[in-house]
Amino acid sequence: MLLPLGAPALPLDEAGKYVAGAYVVFVVLLVVYVAIMAAKLQRIERELREVAAIAEERKGETEEVPA
Amino acid sequence: MYGKGLKPLSIATVAMIAVSLSLVFFYAPLDGDQGFIQKIFYLHVPLAMTALVGFIVGGVFAIAHLRTNNRKWDAYSYVAIHISVIFGVAVLITGAIWAKASWGHWWVWDEPTLVSFLIVFLMYATYYPFRYAIEDRDRQARYASVFAITAGAFVPLNFMAVRMAQSLVHPRVFATSNGGLPGEMMLTFLCCLAAMALLWVTLVKFELTAKSASGQVKRLRRALDAPAPGGSSRIAPEVS
Repeated sequence: MLLPLGAPALPLDEAGKYVAGAYVVFVVLLVVYVAIMAAKLQRIERELREVAAIAEERKGETEEVPA
Repeated sequence: MYGKGLKPLSIATVAMIAVSLSLVFFYAPLDGDQGFIQKIFYLHVPLAMTALVGFIVGGVFAIAHLRTNNRKWDAYSYVAIHISVIFGVAVLITGAIWAKASWGHWWVWDEPTLVSFLIVFLMYATYYPFRYAIEDRDRQARYASVFAITAGAFVPLNFMAVRMAQSLVHPRVFATSNGGLPGEMMLTFLCCLAAMALLWVTLVKFELTAKSASGQVKRLRRALDAPAPGGSSRIAPEVS
């Protein structure tokens, strides 16, 4: 295993900030992605509700027409 | 159809990520040279490997699309690349943080591993404008597949070129010289890699499920807006 040359280990209090930063970035990206997907799913649900309303409206129209 | 098995897959992913994080912070020993900062390695490298493999998988799906002309494979290819690009963003940011802590710079331009990953990332960043610049859906899918195959073939070539460059600056974690990774570190790394691979699969499945649902709603809408012949509805009876 080759490690960066001339890179001494940082003290824990300083290294901790960077490590926490890296993991927080990962979590934030994941949360942002999930939030975007949640917004998409909300839009799909709204559209589905609209389509269901149109379908019910159409069904009512066809039932009103005398056979 | 795409949502089948999404729940157990999500639970397995969350469990695997929890196990991996536990191993990273409570089991894996501190690196003798880098100390605590080396913990970024368990996030950064699995993310990078998953992203690169994801790009290749996108290319394989694109081959399936061109061979069969089935639009399903184009959707798979698009989603695989999309999730890999998101992973790529995480790789670049976590890599920059690690570089700043280790080398004192956010970015090092003469390091081939970093620059080559950036080239791959930027290449895939052009996939979106390239794809959506074409209006015709069939042509769009076909050209996007050609792009995905060409770019997917470039990824392993790029990786091999970097390995051959033999830089002394970027860590070579699987090099056999100087011992490679110790057992505990290797186990932790493999768990992290499995967790990232599972996360990638879960997100791809999640995205495909959302796309499928959106497509079904559009189909329903088209069916409803079309004049129903004889006043009858083309919508199947609702099953609740």
